[in-house]
Order: sequence, then C-alpha cells, then structure tokens
Amino acid sequence: MDAPAITDSKAPVLEVQGLRTVFHTSEGMIHAVNGVSFYLRAGELVGVVGESGSGKSVTMMSLMKLLPEPPAEIVGGSALLEGRDLLRLEPSALRHVRGGEIGFVFQDPMTSLNPVFTIGYQLTEPLREHLGMSRSEARARAIDLLSLVGIPTPEERLNDFPHQFSGGMRQRVMIAIALACDPKVLIADEPTTALDVTIQAQILELVKSLRQELGMGIVWITHDLGVVAGIADRVMVMYGGLVVEHARVSELYARPMHPYTRALLETLPSLDGTRSDRLRSIAGQPPHMTQAPSACPFAPRCTHVHDRCLAENPPLVEAAPGHDVACWWRPPEQVSESEVNADA
Amino acid sequence: MFRYTIRRLLFAIPTLLVISFIIFALLDLAPGDPTSQLPINIPAEVRQKIREALGLGEPFYVRYGLWMQQFFVNEPLNILEQWFGVTIGDSENRLRVLSWSTRSPVVDLIVERMPQTLWVVGMAYVVGIAIALPVGVISAYRQYSIFDQAGTFITMIGFSIPPFFSGVLVIVIFSVNLGWFPSIYDTTHVVTDWDSFLKQINQMILPVMVLALQITAQLTRFMRASMLDNLNQDYVRTARAKGMSEQAVVLLHVLRNSMIPVITVIALAVPSIFGGAIITEQIFKVNGIGALLIGGIEAGDLPLVQTLTFIFAVLIVLFNLVADILYGILDPRIRYD
Repeated sequence: MDAPAITDSKAPVLEVQGLRTVFHTSEGMIHAVNGVSFYLRAGELVGVVGESGSGKSVTMMSLMKLLPEPPAEIVGGSALLEGRDLLRLEPSALRHVRGGEIGFVFQDPMTSLNPVFTIGYQLTEPLREHLGMSRSEARARAIDLLSLVGIPTPEERLNDFPHQFSGGMRQRVMIAIALACDPKVLIADEPTTALDVTIQAQILELVKSLRQELGMGIVWITHDLGVVAGIADRVMVMYGGLVVEHARVSELYARPMHPYTRALLETLPSLDGTRSDRLRSIAGQPPHMTQAPSACPFAPRCTHVHDRCLAENPPLVEAAPGHDVACWWRPPEQVSESEVNADA
Repeated sequence: MFRYTIRRLLFAIPTLLVISFIIFALLDLAPGDPTSQLPINIPAEVRQKIREALGLGEPFYVRYGLWMQQFFVNEPLNILEQWFGVTIGDSENRLRVLSWSTRSPVVDLIVERMPQTLWVVGMAYVVGIAIALPVGVISAYRQYSIFDQAGTFITMIGFSIPPFFSGVLVIVIFSVNLGWFPSIYDTTHVVTDWDSFLKQINQMILPVMVLALQITAQLTRFMRASMLDNLNQDYVRTARAKGMSEQAVVLLHVLRNSMIPVITVIALAVPSIFGGAIITEQIFKVNGIGALLIGGIEAGDLPLVQTLTFIFAVLIVLFNLVADILYGILDPRIRYD
C-alpha cells in the first residue's frame, strides 16, 4: 500500500505503516486490521470514521498495545512515534509512551474511571509515574488540568469520587488524565458517543480550544460524520480493517469517491430535508472478517460492484490531489480515460 | 456512617430479643430431661426434686426472664468485675447462668474452651485467607493457565470432601503411616518455651490443614471470580493507557475493587470461628467450643446450649453490621447516611 499522499512541510509525529492485527477466537481468526497506514502531524486533527467493527478502535489500541494478547495479536506493520517503533518497544519503554507521550480518551466515561479512587488520585497517578512529580507538585498540576478542561472549583473536586461527577464532567476528567503529561498525540476513541448532544457539543468545543492551546496531534475516532466535519483537518474512512478513503475534510465532503463514503454521507439527515424523508441506511451487514480480504470487503453491499471488485482488493491510491481512495470505481465526473479503458 | 452504625446497633436490640426468645422457646419445647443421664435407680420423686432444684418448676416466662437477666445483666457485671477488679453490688449472691451437668457457670466453661478453638479454627482461618487471596489473584490474572487449572482442581477437592473424610484421611496418612504429627490434640499442653511451642505447632498442623482446605477452597473461588469481574472493566484499560505498571494495575486498581465483596464475606464468616468446628474438633479431640456444644446437647444441658447458641446469634448480628460498615468504608459509592 502506498503512503498517503497529502503533502505538508511538517514531518509527522506519528506514522503508521501496514498495521495488521488479528484476534484468535474459538471460531477461528478474525482479521480486524488488514494493513492500515496513516500519519499524524503535530497540531493536526485526523478524524477516523467507520461503522462498528470497521477496525477503528482496534487500530488505535494496537498502536499502544492496549489489546489483551491473547486473543489479539499484532502480526505486521510499524507505528513510528518520532522515529521509534511503538510495536517493537520494550514493555517498560512502552509504558512511558502510554500516558506520557500518547494520551487516550475512551468511549464510556461512566466506566472508564476507577470507582474506588478519587479523581485527584487518578489524575496525579500518571504525573508521578512519568514526570516523577512529588505529591504536592502533582496536585498543583492536577488542579491546573481540571481548570483547563473546564471543571469548576477544581481544588474541591480533586477529592471527589467518579460517581460524584456527571457523564460530561467525567469525560472532561478523562481528557484531563489523557493530557496530564503533555502528550504529543491524543487518541480519542468515540469520546462523545456516550454523551448527550449538548454535552457532546461542549466536549467538541473543549477539544478544539485545547488543540490550539497545546498543539498536539489528535486522532478522533467516531462513526459520526457530522462531528468530524466540524473539527477535523483530514478524514480517514475505514471499512473492513482497511482505510478506504482519505482526504482533507472539505475535499472529502465535496467529492466523496468511495461508494462507502458516499453511502455514509447519504445516511446523514439534513437539516433542510423534508420531514417525510425516511432516514437512509446502507443495506447489508459489515463483513465478518474471518479471512484477510482478497476482494474488496465492501463489494457485497456496493451499488457499483463489478467483476474486478470480487477478484482483487483495490489498493489505496491517490485519485485526485491529496485524495486517496481504495476503489476500482470512480464517480462519473472524475473518470479519466485510462480508467475507463481499464474497466472495459 | 456514625449515625447509621448507631441506628443499626439500636435495631439489633429487638432482633436479638426475638432471637433469644426463639432459641429459648425451641430448646425448652424440645424433648429431653436433664436427669436422664443420672443413674437409673434414682427414684422418680428424687428426680422431680432435682428438676425443681434446677429451676424447672417455674413457669416458662419466669425462666426466660431470669435467663435474660442473667445473660444481659449478671454475666456482663461479672465480667466487668473480673476485668477491673472492682465489686459492683451484691456479687456474692448474683445468680449466674449455670450449666446443669457441671454446675459451673457457662461463661467460665466458654472462657476455658475458647483458646483451643481460637488456636485451631482461628489459625485455620488465617492460613486459609493467607493462601486463598494470592492464589485467587494469580488464578484470575492467569486465567486457564496451568496454575489456574491446578488451583481449580484443588479447590474442587476442598469443596467436595467433607472434613469427616479429609480429617480421617490425613490422620491415616500423616499420623498412622508417616508418623509425622499426632492424631490427638493435647488440650492440656502449655507453651512455655521454644520446644513446647514447636510441639503446639506440630499438633495443630493436621486440624488446621483440614479446616484450612475448606476455607481456602471457598475463598479462592470467590477471590478469583471477583478479580475476573474487575479485570475486564474499562477502568483497567484506562489504568494501562495511563502507563501504569502491570503490578500497579492489578494489585492497586483491580485488587482494590475486588477486595470489597471478599472482605465482606470474610467478615461475615468470622462468627463461625467462635462457633468452632464441631466435626473437626471431634475427630482430633480438640476440646473447644464445638466439643462443648455437642457435649451440652448430649447431656440435655439446656442453659449451656441456649447460652452458646445465643452468643453465636449475637456474633452473627454483630459481624453482619461489621460487614456492612466495611462495605461502606471500602466502596465510596455506598453512603448510608
């Protein structure tokens, strides 16, 4: 698979190449991630979009080896964080990357915090572990962090337990924990999915402002294209453990190329649409990845499927400047002469 | 928490009154005669006199009232006098709960037997906890490993083999065939120096082994299940994502949560230590509380059995409260006020 092709002067802080992760289950091997490559520059926000089971979370958790092994196994690829391959780091070195250089925010703030420790304890833990802070230094920093993520009266709230916080406030605490050690990369795994819409908007605003303030690279996993449109610089669409389309956010929304992306965009209800319109959906189920894809994984659900799709998995290629897509088909307005000949 | 504790303690009073009445009434209604073990040639009228001398001539409510007074007033006063060396009121003529068969105060009998029971059953409990907690933690952390499989096998044995079998089994193996440990626990043995301490340890090993096997089996399964419940929680992943060491993740984050139900179970089972281990005490001839209770039942010694049973009831009510309070202390989500 070719390296994605959007050019920029800044070197990426995180560069993933050909990542492959499988799960060994009683029903055989599940190929969850099948050669994912992407990069992230400092200060950049990349949205990762896809249905449940498309491999978004598994990809990101593989980077930090957060998946329990077994059943998971990372079978190939590399993940360079400023030149060091995370997949080949010693466990002790990896530990200091986790929380120290890469922060992770999980989906469900209700269960992601330990119920029996105070927020202060859970927040100062990485500070003392990675930055070697004393108890009082860590406490002072924890107060700063809580006010950074917009929690009122942080001194008092440090002594509170997670159950004394609302869902949105807990997610702010999770973000504060992820940001504690000034990470270079923040990975947010559907951080707003479990929250209601107004709280979601608050969290999105918070992340936008934090990003400008702190200048770290952010990977934002979601299945909500509307969320991505509001905050991301670039978008990666994943399907069947593969990146199927990748472009700047404006480009992707203006000219989606992959039939899956196009279908996803069509499922979005529009504000000016008439009420009688039924919500659109993509027919069929996401693939059950019992074997590595030899054909296009989207073919069974694709409206533009043809013989080549079933014979050969399309590679991710630059179809337009800064716009990568893994599909044999091209939308009509962009079909070039050579591709017409190839299809014929 | 303080108000809750006071409320629970006050609530325990009617509970214990009802329990005391039920115990007294049930044992009083039970068939049996305190003179039945006396020689058969004692005439009927003498037997009747003996019964009356034991207080059986009085109606039920009088006997119950006197017993309650003896249990809740006279005996505590007596204990206070012994502890502080003072005299409160007319201590010479104060009526104590007397055993029918030995004519000595029941409380004195219990005080005499308690050390043996605490040594053997208490030690078995301590040994059981000390083995069960680490084994449970490791079994859960390395689920389905050889260690876990072996642990499961041994705990299944501990669960399924009753002490009257395992007790005899270890006697046959370790006393009869190997001759390592005595089969009879010498209650009169006094620890004075190193050698007598070693002898005490030596004679405790077999009964402690039998009891600890049972306790370990139950507690290991419980600890393992509680660890497994928590190991897959999201907060464990968060702790790992924060870069905490595996040791901190398992022994701090997971264990702290897993211990909540386990400590409650441990606290709830403490009364059973004082209750002794009736069967194991019989097998190894440990002259403890269990043996005292069985002897009292066989001799129809109602005051002894009633008092012992009621003390167990008090301990059970008390340790239920202790377990609830511990739960509130350990789990910040639980607030009683």
